[in-house]
Amino acid sequence: MTNETKTTKGAVFKPAKARGSATSWTVGRTVGQIVLVISALTIFVPVVWVFFASFKDKSEFYGSPWTLPKGLDWQNYVDAFRDAHLGQYFGTSVFVTALAMVLALIIALPCSYVMARFDFPGKKILKVAIQGGLFINVNYIVVPIFLMLVDADKLLYDIFPDGFFVNNPVMLAVVYAATSLPFTVFLLQDFFASIPKDFEEAALIDGASQFKIMTRIFFPMAMPAISMSMLFNFLSYWNDYIISMTLMTGDNRTIQVGLLNLMQTQKAATNYGRLYAGMVIVMVPVLIFYAIVQKKLLQTSTMGGLK
Amino acid sequence: MSSSTTRAEKGKKTVLERKRARFGLLWALPTAILFIIFMVVPTINVFRMSLFKWSGFSDDATFVGLSNFKTLAGDMNFVHACQNTILLLVVVTSITMPIAIIFAAILTQDRIIGSGFLRFVMYVPSILSAVVIAAIFSAIYDQKDGLLNGTLGFLGLGALQRVWLGDQKIVIYSVAFAMVWQSFGYYMVMYMSSMAGVDRSLYEAASIDGAGKVRQLFSITIPMIWQNIRTTLTFFIISSVNLSFVLVTAMTNGGPDGASQTILGYMYQQAYTNSTYGYGMAIGVVIFLFSFILSLLVSQVTKREIVQQL
Repeated sequence: MTNETKTTKGAVFKPAKARGSATSWTVGRTVGQIVLVISALTIFVPVVWVFFASFKDKSEFYGSPWTLPKGLDWQNYVDAFRDAHLGQYFGTSVFVTALAMVLALIIALPCSYVMARFDFPGKKILKVAIQGGLFINVNYIVVPIFLMLVDADKLLYDIFPDGFFVNNPVMLAVVYAATSLPFTVFLLQDFFASIPKDFEEAALIDGASQFKIMTRIFFPMAMPAISMSMLFNFLSYWNDYIISMTLMTGDNRTIQVGLLNLMQTQKAATNYGRLYAGMVIVMVPVLIFYAIVQKKLLQTSTMGGLK
Repeated sequence: MSSSTTRAEKGKKTVLERKRARFGLLWALPTAILFIIFMVVPTINVFRMSLFKWSGFSDDATFVGLSNFKTLAGDMNFVHACQNTILLLVVVTSITMPIAIIFAAILTQDRIIGSGFLRFVMYVPSILSAVVIAAIFSAIYDQKDGLLNGTLGFLGLGALQRVWLGDQKIVIYSVAFAMVWQSFGYYMVMYMSSMAGVDRSLYEAASIDGAGKVRQLFSITIPMIWQNIRTTLTFFIISSVNLSFVLVTAMTNGGPDGASQTILGYMYQQAYTNSTYGYGMAIGVVIFLFSFILSLLVSQVTKREIVQQL
């Protein structure tokens, strides 16, 4: 559907007239440039402002918000990390996100492969179900999922009196992975379907087993599609707070929920420094990640939507 | 499953086919099981429990038929949450989509200084979490020392200062602005990549014929990428139902006094905080039907003859 061959910087041939307007400052181009710069500034300024504000001490938050911090005061970070437990929550989030990504991959990858290239009973139903699943937002069904886990805990009361399914980071990762399966399978299966049939036949003649063909030949070929689906999954796992807030009701939280609590308590205490430091702690991994993969992300974000 | 025509010719092929079917089934099974447990069953439960009166934790769920839905129709809080959601969908969609298309067109057609960096910055909000965005906008909208009121005061425009998140009349538009801020870059990037696929010679021909940039946008660019606009529009509206919920919950928690409550937020409140689970699930059913009908509606309304690119 899309063509990613040419971007704005690509070789573009324009007629003489158009070329003239591209290098000289016509009214339209000037207006366009100004509007775009202003729009980018509405994003750039608040985000950078948070970084500056995270170094201010309590007294500096009175008066104009535009003053620069007096110095690099790391106290806010220490407070956020230790007193507000963001350090601990950060670890929980890293664990849950990583586990969910691994689970989603090892479950979805073989499934996408067989769905694209094999015939088996129930394949059609699964295909339709998965496409339907793309339209079900997790937040629509998070309350029934929570109650299901509570019920499961009641059944296992004799073995785990403290509960097993609720408040368990592993279960949270399983729920993340399971609910992102439709998207992941849909995307990967599209890729596997596009590989010509000859690949398999050639390997079969060589006497390789089905499993070997799948893991040695097809999975390495799918690397671009895999990394892209994992990119989007990473963002949705790391950024979620609704599911983790519902399923992790105890003291062990993910970092987004921790930040939300910080936001609610700091509002009352008017001690903003800690909150801004917390925001930086939450944002930095995602921003670093974005800076590294931005080329890929910007090129392929078309696939993030439903095609 | 197996093709009967080839079976007669080669007995061997059936063996292979059966082997392949077994292999396929084996590797599809984990997905199918998890999908059923965590998506199919909960979805069915939403519909089933909407017919019950149940707190969610006790064992006594009583079947009440459609009584939950009858109560809903007269629940002013619910009606208000619906109005808020629809208002947000309409306002945010009708601002975000044109901005995304126009910006994408400018960035692909004109030579803009720093275009790569502008694109980089505008995509940033779509990778940030709802909590971070809510916190950023709390800082912007803060009544006393917020960026917005602070700047207005500095510019001598103190008369324009508002309690952006505390005024029942304004709060929903403050949320709408945050939603536009969050999403336009993502769709802009999407449209840029589909616009890059439009044949350049069309624009050449058009500019030789004397068509201006605006005319080119409406007569070439938009018709050429219409199919993409259509799918993204459906996707955008559906995901806005969710986005409005996650942003509002983190930003205002539906306040002040329910003035910014969304339909999903109200479901969550009823089912989870208020422990009227059956009633909450009735709202869930309405949300399911609402998004289903909405996406059908959008795809019907936007149906056009597809312009084929040679």
